[in-house]
Amino acid sequence: MITIKNLHASVDGKEILRGINLEVKAGEIHAIMGPNGSGKSTLSNVLAGKQDYEVTEGEVTFNGKNLLDMEPDVRAKEGLFLAFQYPVEIPGVSNINFLKTALNEKRTYEGKSSMEAKDFLALVKEKQKLVELDGKLANRSVNEGFSGGEKKRNEIFQMAMLDPKLCILDETDSGLDIDALRVVANGVNTLKTKDKAYIVITHYQRLLDHIVPDFVHILYNGRIVKSGTKELALELEAKGYDEIKKEFENTPV
Amino acid sequence: MIAEKTNTAQQIIDAVSASAGKVNFINDAALSDAMLFLENKGIPTNKHEDYKYCNVDAILKKEFKNLSQNFKEVTSIKEFKLENAVTIVVVNGNYSETLSDKIILKGLHINSFNNLDDNGKSILTSQADVNKDAFIALNTAFSGLGFHLKVENNTQLQIPIHIIYISSSNDQAITNPRNIIEIGNNSEATIIEHQITVQGKVFTNFLSEKLIKENAKLTSYTIQDQGENGFSVNTNQVKLSRAASYENTTIMLSGQLIRNNHNVVISGENAEAHLNGLFVIGNTQLVDNHTLMDHQVPNCQSNELYKGIINDKSIGVFNGKIFVRKDAQKTNAYQSSKNILLSDDATINTKPELEIYANDVKCSHGTSTGKIDESAMFYLNARGISNENAKIMLLNAFAEEVIDKITNEELKELIQKKLGFN
Repeated sequence: MITIKNLHASVDGKEILRGINLEVKAGEIHAIMGPNGSGKSTLSNVLAGKQDYEVTEGEVTFNGKNLLDMEPDVRAKEGLFLAFQYPVEIPGVSNINFLKTALNEKRTYEGKSSMEAKDFLALVKEKQKLVELDGKLANRSVNEGFSGGEKKRNEIFQMAMLDPKLCILDETDSGLDIDALRVVANGVNTLKTKDKAYIVITHYQRLLDHIVPDFVHILYNGRIVKSGTKELALELEAKGYDEIKKEFENTPV
Repeated sequence: MIAEKTNTAQQIIDAVSASAGKVNFINDAALSDAMLFLENKGIPTNKHEDYKYCNVDAILKKEFKNLSQNFKEVTSIKEFKLENAVTIVVVNGNYSETLSDKIILKGLHINSFNNLDDNGKSILTSQADVNKDAFIALNTAFSGLGFHLKVENNTQLQIPIHIIYISSSNDQAITNPRNIIEIGNNSEATIIEHQITVQGKVFTNFLSEKLIKENAKLTSYTIQDQGENGFSVNTNQVKLSRAASYENTTIMLSGQLIRNNHNVVISGENAEAHLNGLFVIGNTQLVDNHTLMDHQVPNCQSNELYKGIINDKSIGVFNGKIFVRKDAQKTNAYQSSKNILLSDDATINTKPELEIYANDVKCSHGTSTGKIDESAMFYLNARGISNENAKIMLLNAFAEEVIDKITNEELKELIQKKLGFN
């Protein structure tokens, strides 16, 4: 589904990603773990197309197409979804209007007609239930005044509505209490199909108790330094990031 | 600062006098004061503090070299009519009885200036002081045949009044529409003033004297849509009596030059005034909003909310003066100016002017100017929304705070359609 080859990226001239290689196939869940500052969020932002990041080397192929050539909205229309670590509050833009525009733009891109209002509302109702999102929130402005947990659930709700192929969850567990974590994970697991793939970016192992990964990668200093199965996450949890830091600190770039 | 006088005023006087009808409804004293003011002070240049960013003298000199006062008649106003409103039409400054609706609302009277009763005569020129401003003087000297709209005491008008001002000329012209709006004690009305230029290049110098009597309420809308050949100065001179309420929302849709002088005199206790404004401008447009809230008595409140979206090389101005006199204790006045600049060449000048002589008051102001929120843009993009649509959504969200002040649904829909945000 997505192939990342030797990806280098910088912010303000400072290199953050220093040669990432990763292949994710349909039906797979990949976890990317790493200490603070290792480049986890940079990776998700670069894949989603945020302007502040400059790709200096490497390539990314998404469903056979060059992802890095696409505008951010086109990436989304092609089926890439980033669940933000810090969802943005947009006062004055209603959640419903926002979702309707997003969904219909995607449908137009796919050559489909716009969704009927009735069908759209039915879909909203169904997907809200999935993440136990209060119906009232849908009518409010995007994320405005939402609690941390509500914001994260809103991300998964949007994911459910837009039905993407590749979902990148950027520290979706941060700031969540255990109940919200369960709801979010439950939503993700229900949405999982053999045609979809997930990249779960997290600092802690606890999310991976709920969303069980097929592969775990450890990101450090802008590169994947170790890959394994879900046991790697447990090992990391037991040993802490210090071991990793010690082991790879002096690896030449 | 002493403003330098140029000969623009004289040229205007010469051009307009040649074709103007006799202004016999305005008293001789006001007329001669107006002429004297124009002759002595002229049209303000940017050396005049109040016109620092709005050099009307230079604009008129540049744009109206061939003032011919060759007006074009207007025969139909169908396309501008609102469905649910009483329509009053003013063509090139003159109230048109033929194009206006026949008034059948109980408690509503409309008299043309040549048909004023004593009460009407006593109000005319009583609010707008010809010695205060060149455009009041210009309007007074060459006033069109306006009208006195009066809502009797204890009258609740259920239907809004839609005043359409149409300017239309075969080449270049100046018009001076004028009215008196009087809302009687315990009465309530909604008035929409709609300014349009349909043909030619026209400088329209509006003047409205509004009296809102005791416990009366006026909800007023000003829609400015004069197109790229429209130039206008709009003076609203409003006086509020005890427990009166005035809310004006001005939507500046188009016009090469829009200068608004909105002066509200709060002269009765427990009165309240609200001014809202939205301008969406581009190219080389200049929109200058000058407001004055003159708190003369205690226990009153005023509120101002002005928002601007400024693109290309256009210039926006908001200058809000709040004047709290010595006796006006317990005044509550608030002012807010928020702006989005869409281009590096766009300019906004925003200036709060608080002059407070009472010691027990609450007055505050806030201003913000920025670009479109990049993180919000990226968030919308990341959900598959194109740049174009994302921008529309964010600008709409910004403008909505002002648009929401429009409680007349038909007008609100019209404005939303015109703004193109929906």
